[in-house]
Amino acid sequence: MVCIEAKDIQAAGLGPVSLSVESGTCTALSGPSGSGKTRLLRCLADLDSHQGDVSLDGKPRESFSPPQWRTQVALLPAESFWWSERVLDHFPIEDKPALDSLDLTPSVLDQPVRQLSSGQRQRLALLRLLANQPGVLLLDEPTANLDLDNIMRVEALIADYRKRHRCCVIWVGHDGTQLERVADRTLTIINGRLNGDRL
Amino acid sequence: MILLSPLDLALAAILVLLAAGLAHWMRVGETRSLLIAALRTVVQLLLIGYVLKAVFGNVHWLWVTLLGLFMLIIAGREVTVRQAHRFTGGWSLAMGSISMFVSAFSVTVLALTVVVNASPWYTPQYAIPLLGMILGNTMNGVALGLDRLTQSASDKREIIEARLMLGHRAQDAIANIRTDSIRVGMIPIVNAIAAAGLVSLPGMMTGQILAGSDPVEAVKYQILVMFLIAAGTIFGTVSAVWLGSRRLFDQRQRLRLDRLKQTL
Repeated sequence: MVCIEAKDIQAAGLGPVSLSVESGTCTALSGPSGSGKTRLLRCLADLDSHQGDVSLDGKPRESFSPPQWRTQVALLPAESFWWSERVLDHFPIEDKPALDSLDLTPSVLDQPVRQLSSGQRQRLALLRLLANQPGVLLLDEPTANLDLDNIMRVEALIADYRKRHRCCVIWVGHDGTQLERVADRTLTIINGRLNGDRL
Repeated sequence: MILLSPLDLALAAILVLLAAGLAHWMRVGETRSLLIAALRTVVQLLLIGYVLKAVFGNVHWLWVTLLGLFMLIIAGREVTVRQAHRFTGGWSLAMGSISMFVSAFSVTVLALTVVVNASPWYTPQYAIPLLGMILGNTMNGVALGLDRLTQSASDKREIIEARLMLGHRAQDAIANIRTDSIRVGMIPIVNAIAAAGLVSLPGMMTGQILAGSDPVEAVKYQILVMFLIAAGTIFGTVSAVWLGSRRLFDQRQRLRLDRLKQTL
């Protein structure tokens, strides 16, 4: 079963790129900076205009409303941004985020965002994203600001989420050993073109 | 009414020259634009004086409409050139003009037909000054509102996109920027209403009093005009900001800052 499939994606500095990721699997994406990794994720999440088709479980993107699509195909950007003063305002009211899984205490929810460390913000951004229960996770260097303990916690949380929801993951990163650890396969992107062991 | 002679105006002009000299001496750097602006005032007002005289002499709806549209286009242009981030492809001019047309024109027509009851309703002595005052103030609101909208959208791009990524609708993602822009557009007119009579004697009322009208009658007209201006400004600002916030996104609700061009 194919979860997300992209055909001939083309945008400024990218493509054409085609790729498909099966549900329950994790594909790593690496490459030099400026090679188009982030651009590809933004195109998949439909944030940048581009050419080419993207579909989810065989259904074309056009059959989803943009908010529906982005809830399902969730992008975690390298840097997190917050629109409200308090952390809690960024989470759905009825949902309790799994704070302890990422070594965060409940008091963090009542804190002003600007008092958090970049590592805390990054972990909270992941929880904020998972609260939507997406079917596809597009992760742009999700552990860049974290210490080793928290890197492991984030990896475990994502692996657990992936198993429980049968979601597919595209993980952009630089650390080769980490990518080998978390992903089923690694693709390389150079000058906007994909190459690597395609499944 | 005491008539002014050219000599009286020349005396006032000397004051402007003295002020310009002071600014020049202090190296403020705005001397040239001040002098040009002063010259423009003389030429523009003299011209409009003669145009009004001609229109008042030939009461016809066509002349009133043409003059009104001319004023609208100029106002639209003024709104556009004040934008630090302009919409490409003439959209700033179009959105500014449309929102001012909808608000200023409809408020003026409503006032002329329902409140003032001049006959015919487009009598230029009433129509043109009313439209001018409403348009002039609406212009400020629209210019400030649009400027804040495009500036904030550019500055807060990542925050808007963070919300899009979490599945928020485009208009929700920009909602607080939109209300903030409307608030900014409303500040001048709210200030003007609140301080009217205490801080400043509004220009129209002053003019009527100088021309020999009964102050209380002048005050009544001023209150009418103030309310019309407030309504026109707020409708105009709301519609311009609403149109602008739509234009910032495309059909797939992507933030399209490439539709803006930095101009200042």
